[in-house]
Amino acid sequence: MSTTPVTDTGDAPHEAEPGGHAHPSDLSYIKVAIFLAIVTAAEVFTYFRSVHGWGDNALIVMLTLAMIIKFYAVAGWFMHLRFDNSLFTRMFVAGLVLAIGVYLVMLTAFELFA
Amino acid sequence: MADTALAPPATDVHAEEDHAAPTSTGLSNDKLGMWVFLGSECLLFGGLISTYLLYKNRLPEGEIGPDDVFDIPFTSVSSFVLLMSSLTMVLALSAVQRNDIRRSRIWLLTTAMLGATFISGQVYEFTAFYREDLGYTTNLFSSAFYTLTGFHGVHVSLGIVMLMSLFVRSMKGNLDSSHSERVEIVGLYWHFVDIVWILIFTIVYLFPQ
Repeated sequence: MSTTPVTDTGDAPHEAEPGGHAHPSDLSYIKVAIFLAIVTAAEVFTYFRSVHGWGDNALIVMLTLAMIIKFYAVAGWFMHLRFDNSLFTRMFVAGLVLAIGVYLVMLTAFELFA
Repeated sequence: MADTALAPPATDVHAEEDHAAPTSTGLSNDKLGMWVFLGSECLLFGGLISTYLLYKNRLPEGEIGPDDVFDIPFTSVSSFVLLMSSLTMVLALSAVQRNDIRRSRIWLLTTAMLGATFISGQVYEFTAFYREDLGYTTNLFSSAFYTLTGFHGVHVSLGIVMLMSLFVRSMKGNLDSSHSERVEIVGLYWHFVDIVWILIFTIVYLFPQ
């Protein structure tokens, strides 16, 4: 139950693993969160079609881009993939690429042959 | 004499637990295992999202579809709550790493509370849909939708259990900077759940139907 006294306020980056770089500071995390909130707000704005009047295809492209940017920001910064050893990235990307490949083939097959 | 010389040194169970033997990669096997697990989870959620995409528009004439039930402003607030829980999670990890126990407890509890808020929102949403006669077996869209978002909700709930177990450990004095990897591994799971919701929110709720 004891609480250890500290002097570090979190502004300094944290130590890295072998083959990695130091993790970012708390301020960097807050900046990334603000960026994510702004992108999410922009995504939600696209729902109000009477305001912007964009077509379906343009919307899908923009929303997909926003989704990829948010995905990258969370995985890269909050999950530290940008800073940790690249083996972690390879393990995760292997599953991700396999999933995208398998399900793109599946969706294509069902669209073409269903 | 010889027996004494060959006898293994007395070991501290907790020390063994917290400082694992060096690995051939120089990396933590637990952390690597979590990344492999998250890679495999991509396949699970990929399958569920693909199934939803296939079935969402296969509705008989007059059946209830996504446009009839989705409440985008409400779901946007839920999404924002889950997104911000990723920030509090990473702040909890940062606090543990610098041995700031008090702040780490606050951030862990905040993360769990934000997760619980998200789940409450999902329960409210499911109840509202059910009252509009959209049950699990009403049509292909409803089955695919409830399965996908339900699986995600179960993942968030498991994450809350993990966060609360970390919080309890911290209250018992068993969570300091030497245990930061445990917080990091739970954090990886939590961020992954957030990433999956980023995909679901865009593909299921925001893409034009």
